[in-house]
Amino acid sequence: MITAVRKPLEEIMGFAAPYSRVLLLGCNECVTVCYAGGRKEVGILASALSMAFLKEGKKLDIVEQTLERQCDPEYVEEIAQTIDQYDAVFSMACGCGVQTVAGRYKDKPVFPMVNTMFMGASERQGVWAERCAGCGECVLGRTGGICPVARCSKRIFNGPCGGSTKGKCEIDPGVDCAWQLIWDRLKALGRTDLYSEIMPAKDWRSAKDGGPRRIVREDLLS
Amino acid sequence: MKTTSNLEKVLAAGHFAATGEVGPPRGTDAEAVRKKAGHLVGKVDAVNITDNQTAMVRMSSWAASLIVKQMGLEPNYQMVCRDRNRLAMQSDILGAYALGLNTMLCLSGDHPRFGDHPMAANVHDIDSIQLVAMVRQMCDAGLFQGGAEISNPPKMFIGAAANPFGDPQELRVLRLAKKIAAGADFVQTQCIYDMKRFKEYMHQAHDMGLTEKCYILAGVTPLKSGGMAKYMANKVPGMTVPDEIVKRIAGAPKEAQAEEGIKLCIEQIAEMKEIPGVAGIHLMAIEWEHRAPEILERAGLLPRPQV
Amino acid sequence: MSDFEPIIVAFACEYCAYTAADMAGSLGMSYPPNVKIIRVPCTGKVDTLHLMRALQKGADGVLVAGCYLGDCHYKNGNLRAQQRVGYVSRLLEEIGVGGERVMMTFMSAGQGNVFAQVANEFTEKIRNLGPNPVKLGAGKAAA
Repeated sequence: MITAVRKPLEEIMGFAAPYSRVLLLGCNECVTVCYAGGRKEVGILASALSMAFLKEGKKLDIVEQTLERQCDPEYVEEIAQTIDQYDAVFSMACGCGVQTVAGRYKDKPVFPMVNTMFMGASERQGVWAERCAGCGECVLGRTGGICPVARCSKRIFNGPCGGSTKGKCEIDPGVDCAWQLIWDRLKALGRTDLYSEIMPAKDWRSAKDGGPRRIVREDLLS
Repeated sequence: MKTTSNLEKVLAAGHFAATGEVGPPRGTDAEAVRKKAGHLVGKVDAVNITDNQTAMVRMSSWAASLIVKQMGLEPNYQMVCRDRNRLAMQSDILGAYALGLNTMLCLSGDHPRFGDHPMAANVHDIDSIQLVAMVRQMCDAGLFQGGAEISNPPKMFIGAAANPFGDPQELRVLRLAKKIAAGADFVQTQCIYDMKRFKEYMHQAHDMGLTEKCYILAGVTPLKSGGMAKYMANKVPGMTVPDEIVKRIAGAPKEAQAEEGIKLCIEQIAEMKEIPGVAGIHLMAIEWEHRAPEILERAGLLPRPQV
Repeated sequence: MSDFEPIIVAFACEYCAYTAADMAGSLGMSYPPNVKIIRVPCTGKVDTLHLMRALQKGADGVLVAGCYLGDCHYKNGNLRAQQRVGYVSRLLEEIGVGGERVMMTFMSAGQGNVFAQVANEFTEKIRNLGPNPVKLGAGKAAA
């Protein structure tokens, strides 16, 4: 999923300062699963913001709504009838959702309520960790299912570097050495032969270095 | 002989090589480079010029290399993957070679988190093994990494680094083999204190025939004090210092610890000369360049061969 | 502000604190009428949102009373409640309402005296803190 964390209240209050009525818009997808911007977090933030303003003797009308998916024009259309009632949209979706809303309602200010973090997986309740860098050319088949691009601090394709110590990365003992994990998996799979092949320099065009990326599926076009 | 590198000549002639190291200053003082390197003139076959070591901004490696070259010392121009993409790396290599640099060392580089610009982009367009392969292709095939032809390709004596003690242990020799397969002419190791484990590593490398394909220079760093021994043992990632060494240095009287460290270093160099496949030593006398000549002298490595 | 009577909302677990409150009443151990008890099946069921809404809608202090750690009928609901109370406390600090307006407390079903004592102390603490600043501001905003 795409992970996110709520922005500091102070920053959000700065966004809100000029307005008296805003739509606080959650998203039912990734940000719900990582407890950053789903219906419940919309409620909590609405409460906190409303209290923060009232405390100062000011009133901010906050209307709470949560869409099925903010990154999908079909669902963003749902607010078309009511959008004129608001001074601004406070989006709790990831950056994709914020931009879909901003792109659809061009004269309406849209502010992000969360910092979008990374594509990650849940390690356990309350902990998410980066797993995919979206580099556009997956090498997991050669690395035992552990990604060196997302999980090695130096994204080394032919690791590990000299700093790997007792399974941990030199940058932080809380970070696993991706190449230790890769090696352990290759051993468990009986595929240590894969290690000896030199992985050639990556073509980063498939990643963001080739410019903004798009996928066009002719078979699905309407 | 593939290059004009003095280090290659010394190694090819079968001499036991000795290289040194100089870290460029955090400023524009060329005299600071000359002062440090001055201790090593005529005492080593090449001197490594580090590239923003420990991720701290320093005078560029190629510029400091050039200063050293003008002193009659052969620089081993270091390049890390942390700060440049492949365009910048290749253009620097062309420029360096045009200015007379002919020996280089390819490294990953310390993570920016350890330096004074932890907020910097951490480039790693290619990794150190891919860097070796890229330089190899530039020199041998005369082609840029992107495939286009180079007019007047460089001829570099290509080095790589190896840490025999990082984890996972069983991968260490295999990674060395990958660096050699990628095209490394020589390898300099991380500083070694655990001779037993280093011998096992070299034994394995020798058995795999790696020492036939590549010159391996064993890294040594004299311990200046008991405090330094403890620091190296406990704080440096991927470094192993056996307890008896820490005890030996820390156990000596305070004023004799430096001498004890030098003695240990000399003993280790003597041992390394006997290990099959060790083609030389790489002396990293960190901020102790002025003691390097004495160590080399007492280790029987002076005078250096003229080839 | 001498006539200020705080409104305290207490979320009480039915396995411990709710029973304890009941016992306090029947044994004549008095606790202030300010404390409005909401019976919950487990403090683990008390969501961050409930705590926030209680304060938003006029409570001056919120108490969450659960079983002792390790004694939860649902294993660790009380631990989760404690973490949420901590989160809300930090959030209240961030918006300037005061983190001490929310508190977690632990007791067993037989401790009517503990409930009475905690209810008294917390009410007194909130009385000293004064009214929820949100209510004061709301008056101004409406004016």
